[in-house]
Amino acid sequence: MITREPYQCPACTSLFARWGHGGLFFMQQMGQAVLMTGKAVMYIPLMFGKRNRSEVVYQLFFTGIKSLPVLSVVALFTGMIFAVQTGMELARFGQEVQVGGAVTVVMLREMGPFMTGLIIAASVGSSISAQLGTMTVSEEIAALEIMSIDPIRYLVMPRLVALLAMMPLLTLYTDVLAVAGGAIIGFTQLGIDPQAYVDNAVQYATVKDLYTGLIKAFCFGAIICTVACHTGFATTGGAVGVGRATRQTVVTSFLVILITGFILTKLFYG
Amino acid sequence: MIRFNNVIKKFGEKPVLRGFNLHVHPGETISLVGTSGAGKSVTLKHMVRLLRATEGEVLIDGVNINQIDGKALEEVRKRFGYLFQSAALLQWLTVFENVALPLRENRKFPEREINERVERVLEKVGLLEAAEKLPADISGGMQKRAGLARAVVTEPDILLYDEPTSGLDPVTSRTIDELIATLQKDLGVTSVVVTHDMISALTISDRIAMLHQGTVLEVTPPREFLQSKNEVVRGFLDSQCINPNFFDDFPERMLK
Ligand SMILES: Nc1ncnc2c1ncn2[C@@H]1O[C@H](COP(=O)(O)OP(=O)(O)O)[C@@H](O)[C@H]1O
Ligand SMILES: [Mg+2]
Repeated sequence: MITREPYQCPACTSLFARWGHGGLFFMQQMGQAVLMTGKAVMYIPLMFGKRNRSEVVYQLFFTGIKSLPVLSVVALFTGMIFAVQTGMELARFGQEVQVGGAVTVVMLREMGPFMTGLIIAASVGSSISAQLGTMTVSEEIAALEIMSIDPIRYLVMPRLVALLAMMPLLTLYTDVLAVAGGAIIGFTQLGIDPQAYVDNAVQYATVKDLYTGLIKAFCFGAIICTVACHTGFATTGGAVGVGRATRQTVVTSFLVILITGFILTKLFYG
Repeated sequence: MIRFNNVIKKFGEKPVLRGFNLHVHPGETISLVGTSGAGKSVTLKHMVRLLRATEGEVLIDGVNINQIDGKALEEVRKRFGYLFQSAALLQWLTVFENVALPLRENRKFPEREINERVERVLEKVGLLEAAEKLPADISGGMQKRAGLARAVVTEPDILLYDEPTSGLDPVTSRTIDELIATLQKDLGVTSVVVTHDMISALTISDRIAMLHQGTVLEVTPPREFLQSKNEVVRGFLDSQCINPNFFDDFPERMLK
């Protein structure tokens, strides 16, 4: 059951009791969110079925293609900023040729998945949450449930598929553009030959840098979908509630992405 | 058919239904009337387990709907058509697709039969012209009618209406009333209509149940309801300028 009654904290006077209830509530929400995503994963084999195909394709388009413009600008400029900063420092030791390696490794390992995650959370995540939230407060979710159409199959699964598929691809795209941005700065500002830049990049970056970054991106996709859908379905209280849910989605996704990113980095490199 | 036995519903500490008893007979149209916040929508939601009773039981043909889940619950829900207060159409689907949705998602019907069925109900509610429009592009009354079409397209045997006429002009309201009465006659369904539009309640129902503070004050046929001595009922009728002789002045052709 997706439609549910809001959690009512029993009236309690003691501060500790309230903290306790807050903690329980938090755990309950997390549990529900994870169960929801788990159920959506079970539905993934149905994604090519007649009922789901068109929605899956639309979500892939919406998540992937529609995000390209903003990601392009962000990626290019992130690479350029990074190249300017490291280039200036490295130039003091006459090592500006190392910019290629520095930009590539940092983008592949951390900045690529991280920037992509934040941007997708703020754009796609908030839009999912606003849509599902509006559907919840206008009783559309309840209507689906009465028609025995599982909102998890009908709404969550296509979005999950889109985010899981697109996050690694978009991250790769971000990586490539950022490295290109670095090369532009290297060529125009630091006087590095593009060939030398690429050679340096290839010399330092490893396959592990690439795949750990993509695994991260995949996890961030799951996080964004889980947070956005769960928060959307839990919306109460009209238009104000939808606004609250959207904000909550962006804030929560950012925090969870940051923390998960740290944990994964420790796992891979710690 | 639908039976509420001493249902108590609390949201947190706040009781909304307090010892609620109601019996809906097969084939009848029963109206639930009462002030805003009396618990009318909550009552309706209990019938399809969108809400779960805190205490007491809700029986659908003897099955306690609070104790079933999964497939069994789906089977019970299939018997219901539900018209939501806000119509609850999916905004990215056309009127036609919205009405076809429950048929398409159930996988049992070939596309040709779906088209026939949808066109039939759309014609019945007078929306054939608007079939390819999006919900945002049609009026509130048309949305309600589209919601009604979606509720009946699966041919349920129980129809629940949550304020089908609220927010509509009087003329459109009467059209919806007529539609409800026609569907009732054609399909022989059991209907539960939540409303605070007394004209609507008096003209379409076999019985009227007055809800007040989470209990049923009285359940009576419309003509007796008008004569009620109960203070709350009288107040409710007076507030809408309905006098006990309502039926004498009412145009005969509009009665069911
Ligand atoms: N999901 C909910 N959570 C908390 N309170 C609710 C919920 N749904 C309804 N209520 C409360 O129950 C009471 C009755 O609501 P409702 O049945 O919608 O009234 P109405 O008779 O106007 O349809 C209201 O006071 C409302 O605040
Ligand atoms: Mg209501």
